[in-house]
Amino acid sequence: MIPATFEYVRAHSIEEAIQLLQRYGDRAKLLAGGHSLLPLMKLRLAQPEVLIDLGRVQELRGVREDTGALLIGAMTTHDEIARNPLVQQQCPLLAETASQIGDIQVRNMGTIGGSLAHADPAADYPAAVLALEAEILCQGPGGARTVRATEWFVDLLTTALRPEEVITQVRVPVRRPGQGYAYVKMPHPASGYSLIGVACLVTLEGGVCREARVAITGVGPKAVRLERVEGALVGKALDEAVVAEAAKVAADGLEATDDLYASAEYKRHLATVYTKRAVLRAIERARA
Amino acid sequence: MAVTQVFGARIRRREDPRLITGNATYTDDVVLPRMCYVAFVRSPHAHARIKRIDTSRAKAAPGVVEVLTGADLEGKVQPIPCGWLVPGCDLKTPPHPALAKDKVRYVGDAVAVVVAETRAQAYDAAELVEVEYEVLPAVVDMEQALRGEVLVHEDVPQNRALLWALKGGDFEAAAREPGVQVIRQRLINQRLIPTAMEPRAAVAQYNPATGELTLWNTSQAPHIVRVLLSSTLGIPEHRVRVIAPEVGGGFGSKIPFYPEEAVVAYLAIRLGRSVKWTETRRENYMGTIHGRDHVTDAEIAVRPDGTIVGLRVRTLANLGAYLSTAAPAIPTLLYGLMLSGVYRIPNIECEVTGVFTNTTPTDAYRGAGRPEATYVVERMVDLAARELGMDPVEFRRKNFIPKDAFPYATPTGVVYDSGDYEAALNRALEILDYAKARSQQEEARRQGRYVGIGFSTYVEVTGAGPSKIAGATGFQGGLWESAGVRLYPTGKVTVFTGTSPHGQGEETTFAQIVSQELGVPLDDIEVIHGDTDAIAMGWGTYGSRTTPVGGTAVYLAAQRVKEKAMRIAAHQLEVAVEDLVFENGRFHVRGAPERAITIQEVARQAYFAWNLPEGMEPGLEAQVNWDPPNFVFPFGTHVCMVEVDPETGQVRFLRYVAVDDCGRVINPLLVDGQVHGGIVQGVAQALWEFAKYDENGHLLTTSLADYAVPKASWLPWFETDRTETPSPVNPLGVKGVGETGTIAATPCVVNAVMDALSPLGIRHIDMPLLPERVWRAIQAAKGGGRG
Repeated sequence: MIPATFEYVRAHSIEEAIQLLQRYGDRAKLLAGGHSLLPLMKLRLAQPEVLIDLGRVQELRGVREDTGALLIGAMTTHDEIARNPLVQQQCPLLAETASQIGDIQVRNMGTIGGSLAHADPAADYPAAVLALEAEILCQGPGGARTVRATEWFVDLLTTALRPEEVITQVRVPVRRPGQGYAYVKMPHPASGYSLIGVACLVTLEGGVCREARVAITGVGPKAVRLERVEGALVGKALDEAVVAEAAKVAADGLEATDDLYASAEYKRHLATVYTKRAVLRAIERARA
Repeated sequence: MAVTQVFGARIRRREDPRLITGNATYTDDVVLPRMCYVAFVRSPHAHARIKRIDTSRAKAAPGVVEVLTGADLEGKVQPIPCGWLVPGCDLKTPPHPALAKDKVRYVGDAVAVVVAETRAQAYDAAELVEVEYEVLPAVVDMEQALRGEVLVHEDVPQNRALLWALKGGDFEAAAREPGVQVIRQRLINQRLIPTAMEPRAAVAQYNPATGELTLWNTSQAPHIVRVLLSSTLGIPEHRVRVIAPEVGGGFGSKIPFYPEEAVVAYLAIRLGRSVKWTETRRENYMGTIHGRDHVTDAEIAVRPDGTIVGLRVRTLANLGAYLSTAAPAIPTLLYGLMLSGVYRIPNIECEVTGVFTNTTPTDAYRGAGRPEATYVVERMVDLAARELGMDPVEFRRKNFIPKDAFPYATPTGVVYDSGDYEAALNRALEILDYAKARSQQEEARRQGRYVGIGFSTYVEVTGAGPSKIAGATGFQGGLWESAGVRLYPTGKVTVFTGTSPHGQGEETTFAQIVSQELGVPLDDIEVIHGDTDAIAMGWGTYGSRTTPVGGTAVYLAAQRVKEKAMRIAAHQLEVAVEDLVFENGRFHVRGAPERAITIQEVARQAYFAWNLPEGMEPGLEAQVNWDPPNFVFPFGTHVCMVEVDPETGQVRFLRYVAVDDCGRVINPLLVDGQVHGGIVQGVAQALWEFAKYDENGHLLTTSLADYAVPKASWLPWFETDRTETPSPVNPLGVKGVGETGTIAATPCVVNAVMDALSPLGIRHIDMPLLPERVWRAIQAAKGGGRG
């Protein structure tokens, strides 16, 4: 619980952060809240020689409106996102997800950029950004680029982020008329991460499901979209029986890993239960 | 009479302002000149032979002052002794070296120690100590350990540390009685990790010129540390001072005398420099004692009318790799003797096998033996009631020890001091509105919901205890308690106690006792604890003994002071003592309230000594060592209502009602606080907490991300109330309440969940009732099997 020696540097701008990444290369890690990185360092499972703190980079913070979307600075904390009125109104799924992350201390320090870059398989945001079809804006020495959330999560703790790149913003589409949302999770009794978390967006048109997006986290090595469930919902008039039937395929082909608190088998079972619950709640909200 | 009632008042904890504003001094806050820092090198293997230790790279690392191994301590630091040598159980006490020498016996067993100029340097260098291990097969499971194929200690066959038996009456005969039914169940009481907020720490300072050693550490019993430190290091006891400054929780885990404390003290002597060690949370999980870890086969024998005629239990208790200080007593005396619960059970038999395994040693954890006993009794009572188709309340009521039966001698050999179990039960039923709760349950069941109501009617033993019993049971010390009450010439008061509170709040309650007795304002009273130089002797804080034993000593010391003050007052007012009235800190002549002298003025007179009664010595203080005549037995009823989500197995609380009886209450606010905290830990055992080893003895729960410490937001609103049945054992009429919540809550929750699942035919699920376990039991039951 005593980290190995490391050097601490503070970036004041995105540009400076990139320069520092270029200077130190893979000896450096970005500090973006630190709620995953610092415990790993204290256990000496991670031993970066340099920590580049993004905490003072003002341009990475805050929420802005864009055409049909919100632009959320990578260093915006979970708590800021949960409480931000713009996020609550325009993208309530993200606010609902943020409000369920960890505990108050974690939400006060942890950031959306940090969480997406770390890509913990049990983190909450991955399900939400997949369901939202958010975009992750990155900047590196070669300029800026945009990565779709669906292409972001590569594998366990692995993302599309390149070395020497910084996540700058997350672009989240705003809620459309007739769209309902829900994020439901079973928290891990010790860590507060998701044993399972399901994010859902459902768009109804005249009682019929026009679009459904369901994503799941916590079950396997990375968060994934449940396309078969989505397919079983779209075009149908949704009642409880239809949803329950659709949710049955949630675990089909779903990779699940054992945990001290939940076996893979149980998690696959939970996938159907939580998918059903998330979709039903989203429908309820779409109708409201 | 207009007497200010301080005793019994809801007074806020006087210790809190400094604790919550960062102005308290914990061991880790102690900073001394030329202090260096310690890191221990710990075994990553559960069982291995140490082939070779190479410290050369570590010694050459930056800032390193010293690196020692077990061999270096040979003849310098004696093995760590066990402090409770329970007789008649063939107790094996294999040596527990401060640093492992030939073999490591659990993950976390310390093999070397590094001292450096900074804490970080010490931990860096610790990684450079090269230990060559020959890994041996490890044994974690108790039944496997008893087969003796792998021996934790070569000279302890079958790994059997102790075999303790108790026979009150004749279970077999009772079970043979016509019509009697025997209900059996295996009950697992899982291993828990205490997880005090403050990890253990020690700071040692040695003065080579005077030979004086001072140790600041996170102890619940600094005087015991003093004597054990003295004997382990061979330093005369009068040259050892132990200070337990602010201690951030213990729950029993800070009672034992640990190897690290001895090593840190030895290093201070060897190096002539002050030395500090603070364990990390990971070390806390591996190296600080664990609790519980029983496997019990229980049988309860009942007549068709619901009369309990016998209880028989066979328990395996996992003691870990070494005997911790009080370890032998926890699963024997503190468990077996309490198996009568609140019931009149004529025949009780108990056999306990203590087992060595390649795991962290176990010892007292909040409740220490009584939660395990209460879990067995309250689960078996529920199972019996259900088997007979009786309401669990009526079944309990039928078997209660009636209130006119006290003092009540149990077949296990203890004498309950006082009790009125029905009163507490009735109050709990009233708060819950039992009839309404049952009809709500019925309604829920009609809707296909799984709602359950669970009871725990408990009794436990606190206030350890008569020293002659301590001696007879092998405790290597006494269990009386000391107190001093000193008035200064200005009338201000210092109270000294040999107990060592570490969160319980006795700085407030002891001040209330003295304030009530001497009529001195609370703000004029200071309570001193946790320093062996300030207090001659004491036995510490554990087993809910602080208030019933330590508080009584304080009360008696205050009385003695008052008696002397009264004689001075009578002398000065020129009347007989019998003609004086003492009221609100003022002595006045009966019938002439204006002829008076305050206790503050008496104090001044006592010290100035210008005009004292003939032959009286000056000063106004008293020292009392009080040895209680018996233990005290708090009791109560906890009842909760839960709902189980059949799709996920999750348990949700609807109500939690706790009615406790701890005799007379000094401060209801603090009693509530103790009950709340206790319930939280008890609920956590029922639902979430467990320590987990893999089959190779690797501890898998080594951080707060793996070990499920309860979260406030998951807990119900606690509806607390009390009945008040004074104890005749002590003049205050008080009983300890520090552990009752934990003891009561665990079976209460499990019983509620089993009640919820009873329509499915589910009888029992082992703790913790994690969603998956409950879901699996439901699946099995729905699949036609019985869970």
